[in-house]
Amino acid sequence: MDFIRETIQPHFNFWIYVILMMIGLWAVIAKNNLIKKLIGLSIFQTAIILLYVSLGVKDGATIPILDHHAEEVEMAEHAEEAEHGVELVPGHEIGPANGGRHALADTIANPLPHVLMLTAIVVGVATLGVALSISQMVFKEFGTLEENEILEQLKAGNTDD
Amino acid sequence: MFAKVFATIAVVITGSLLLYGITDFPAFGDPDSPANAGVEGGAPSAPLYYINESYNDTKVPNLVTSVLADYRSYDTMFETVVIFAAGMAIFAILGAVGTDKDARPVHPQMNTSVNGDHSRIIVGTTVRIVVPVVQLFALYVVAHGHHSPGGGFQGGVILGSSFILIALAGNLSTALERFSERSYMLLASIGILIYGGFGVLCMALDRNFLDYGVLQKVFLTDGPEMARSHAMLGVEVGVACTVTAIMFAIYANLASRGTLKDGL
Repeated sequence: MDFIRETIQPHFNFWIYVILMMIGLWAVIAKNNLIKKLIGLSIFQTAIILLYVSLGVKDGATIPILDHHAEEVEMAEHAEEAEHGVELVPGHEIGPANGGRHALADTIANPLPHVLMLTAIVVGVATLGVALSISQMVFKEFGTLEENEILEQLKAGNTDD
Repeated sequence: MFAKVFATIAVVITGSLLLYGITDFPAFGDPDSPANAGVEGGAPSAPLYYINESYNDTKVPNLVTSVLADYRSYDTMFETVVIFAAGMAIFAILGAVGTDKDARPVHPQMNTSVNGDHSRIIVGTTVRIVVPVVQLFALYVVAHGHHSPGGGFQGGVILGSSFILIALAGNLSTALERFSERSYMLLASIGILIYGGFGVLCMALDRNFLDYGVLQKVFLTDGPEMARSHAMLGVEVGVACTVTAIMFAIYANLASRGTLKDGL
C-alpha cells in the first residue's frame, strides 16, 4: 500500500501514459495485420498527447482564457498588491520566495501544452489518413494486409509486374 | 509466436525503464513543476510571459489562440502545411485526381423520400436537421476562437465532419455534390494562401514575416494590439479552410478507394 500511495499516486498520469504507450508499442511490433499496427500507432500517439496535457495540469488553476471584462481592473490591483508582497490567493505566497510570481500565473494553466497538442491531434489524423491510403494500395497490390502473407509473396517474386 | 515473445520482452524492458525514469518527475498538478512555474531562478519563462503579457500584447483573452496564432505562428503555419501535404499525398497515392469528373453515377440510396429506401428515412431526416446546426456551430467556433475555446483547427474539423456526416447518411456522391473535388482542392490551397498572405503582407510593410503588429496600417486600428487580434482571426480562417477541405478529402478518397464514385 505504501508503494501505491508514495510512488504510483503522485505520478499516476505518467503510469497511465507509460502503460498506454507500451500497449501501442506492443501492437506495432507483435501484430501481424497492418491496420492493427496502425491502431497501435494511434494508441502510442494518444499516450504522448495524454502526457503533454497532464503536464499542463496545475492545482488551483483554470483554463487559459482570461476574463477580459474584469481584466483591466484586476491587472491594476495585482500590480499594486504584488509590490507589497501581499498574499493574494490562499495558500500561495507571492513574494521574492518563489521568484516574485504574479498572482495571475497561479490561477491560469500553462497554455503551451494545449497549443502543441491541439495541432498534433489534427496532424495525427491527417497522417493516419496517409497511412490508411498506403495500406489500401498495399491491399490492391497483394490482396491481403497480413504481413507474413505479403512477405511470402515478395519472396516468391510475385509482385504482379 | 516468436514475434510476440520478443515484443513482450522489449515492451517490458522499455516500460520498466520509463517507469524508473518517471519517479523523478513532478507530481500530478504540482504548481511548482518546471512546466507550470518555469525554470527556477532564471529569466521569466515563456509560460509566465504568455499568461502575464499576452493580453497586453494582443488583446486576445484566449491565451491558447494568441500563443498558437501569434507567438508560435511559424509552427502553426507549417502544421497547416503538413495537413495540406498529407492531403496531397493521399491524392497522389490513391491516384484519382481529375478522372471521371462527369461520369459520377447517382446512387439509388441517396433518395430519402418515402418512395425511396425506407431504412434511410430516419437517418436522412435527422442528418438534414442536424447538419446546418453543426455547420453553424463550426463557423462560431472559428470566429469566436479568441474569446472562448475554439479556433481554426477545431472549427475546421467540425465543418469537415459535417460533410462526412452527409456522406455517411446518404452516400458519397450526395456529399460530393455539395463539396466537390474541385472545391476542396481549391479551398485547401486558399487556406494556405491566406496564412502565407498575412506573412507576406507584413514583409511588404517592412517587418518580419508574420509580424502582425504592422498591420494596423491595413486594418486601421488604434494600435498594434488590435491589429494582431484581427490578423489572428484571418489566420485562423485560413487554417479552418485547409483543415475542412483536407478532412473531407481524406474521407472521400479513403471511402471510395480514390475513385470518388461510390463507396460507403
